[in-house]
Amino acid sequence: MALQLNESLQNVVDGLSESFTDELIDVYQSSGDTFVRIIADANVEICRYLKEEHHFIYLVDVFGTDRFTSQDRFEVIYNLVSLRDQQRLFVKVWLPEENPEIESVTDVWASANWYERQTYDMFGIQFTNHPDFRRIYMPEDFEYFPMRKEFPLLGIPGSIPLPSSTPDTK
Amino acid sequence: MATKKVTDRVTPTFFKEHQEKLYQALEDKHTTIEILEDKDPLSTEMILNMGPQHPATHGVLRLALQLNGEMIEKAKVDVGYLHRGVEKIAENKTYQEFMPYTDRMDYLSPYSNNVALCTAVEKIANVEVPERAHYIRMIGCELARISSHLLWLGTLVMDAGAVSFFIWTFREREKLYDIFDQMTGHRFTVSHARIGGVANDITDTAMAMIKDFANEFPQELTDWHGLLDRNRIFFDRNEGVGVLKTEEALEKGAAGPTLRGSGFAYDMRKISPYARYDEVEFEVPTRLEGDNLARYYVRMEEMHESIRIIKQCLDKLPKGPVRTDNAKQAYPSKDEVYYSMEGMIHDFMMTDTGICPPEGAEAYHAVEAPKGELGYFIQSDGTGHPWRLKIKAPSFANIQILEHILDGEMIADTVVIIGGVDPVMGECDK
Repeated sequence: MALQLNESLQNVVDGLSESFTDELIDVYQSSGDTFVRIIADANVEICRYLKEEHHFIYLVDVFGTDRFTSQDRFEVIYNLVSLRDQQRLFVKVWLPEENPEIESVTDVWASANWYERQTYDMFGIQFTNHPDFRRIYMPEDFEYFPMRKEFPLLGIPGSIPLPSSTPDTK
Repeated sequence: MATKKVTDRVTPTFFKEHQEKLYQALEDKHTTIEILEDKDPLSTEMILNMGPQHPATHGVLRLALQLNGEMIEKAKVDVGYLHRGVEKIAENKTYQEFMPYTDRMDYLSPYSNNVALCTAVEKIANVEVPERAHYIRMIGCELARISSHLLWLGTLVMDAGAVSFFIWTFREREKLYDIFDQMTGHRFTVSHARIGGVANDITDTAMAMIKDFANEFPQELTDWHGLLDRNRIFFDRNEGVGVLKTEEALEKGAAGPTLRGSGFAYDMRKISPYARYDEVEFEVPTRLEGDNLARYYVRMEEMHESIRIIKQCLDKLPKGPVRTDNAKQAYPSKDEVYYSMEGMIHDFMMTDTGICPPEGAEAYHAVEAPKGELGYFIQSDGTGHPWRLKIKAPSFANIQILEHILDGEMIADTVVIIGGVDPVMGECDK
């Protein structure tokens, strides 16, 4: 399907394919949103390029998805907004099932801090060079990653210790 | 001599690893930790745990504060006490079934959340919404915005020391509840929007109540301005407190009124107008100071703008259906369901399978909720259940900046700053 990009997004895509010919894998549109898929190693470089050259100064969100495929199982999506051009762009990265690891973009946008922690907490995707890498919703003692497709909806009994119901016992 | 570590002195009993990591994070917050002299046992430094059960933290928010006297040296926020895993639940529900869960996300403005989900599903599944439904949604969203800002105003002023004010804003909120009761059938968790429109048309009684409210409320607002705008105590508590500088606001990812209070006119209603926001006139109030007082002005002006939008919507409200007449996309009306076989079958199919967006489609749609940009990202696998549904919650972004703006403030201002940022834990923790 031919892309229907407006002028500013066309600029971005042209700039990306010129400067990052090898790192850019795919550009596509779905329901009017534009997605750019890049190789995982280039994420910080490309994010910095988008921020500095194309004014994507606002990182709205970072989140993961579980594609549940045998290859490239996990996906990390960056939701970027350019306030100058009033454009939104999604940058995607695919990661393998074994040891999914990617470099943190907290150096580019400080707000990525909590979003990446959330992605780690829910999917177990490791972010390297992260300033404060902990779980965020679930306690540290929890061993599972609940948004992975194999995690049961009912949870795993006994995985979270509950306080004693009688006050005087330890 | 090295400073003694908290982790050496305490052994937590419950959620051991979690607590230890939190202490560690406090110590790690700044990369350069000065080597201090061994402390006097009567020194003023302490670590204070606020919450999760604290009346002034607006829900189950937990702060670990390292204090030096009354100053906060470092602050760490611990969230997740209200985590229910709604994104996981969404993957196991049809889109319509998931709607009541959105009510319980930002439970101060359920209407905006319903609309946010509906607009996202409509975008991914290409559903046309009738004109009248758009206007009803706008009225509902703006009423919800006022309702949410009223709670913020009452609690902010209460946090700053004036308790009776809370009662006055809640008197107005009560009127809004009555309106929602008439308009949607529920006072609190409304679930009024439907994919493809809204559940039911506005009744004449509800219409009259909304008109009365839109006429009387500006006077209340003016009275409150009169009370607060020149109030020395209120000023001293809020001016220059919790400053988020303009250059830092985007970097730290602030959203909604907090971002606008720091100088960015970022409002989804203007940037990518949904419903019929491009057909009504309104301003996006902004301030440059970035302190709590700036957020106060922004939200107060937003309430004025909301009333302005509601009045225009009431004037423009077109006649016509309130839900799309396509049985594959939306629920049929109850008249059809009760009196025709096809209607009954379609109703059953919508409940059982629901609307099925095309396979592999992805869409993100955001609305301007009272707390900021509330977006739903949906990935579809062609069935009636979303493959992945991600909620971009504005409160989550705003609580993140608390870690930044609390540093260097006074302990007594913590509750005022939290009140000024106005987070809702139901939405932050999901």
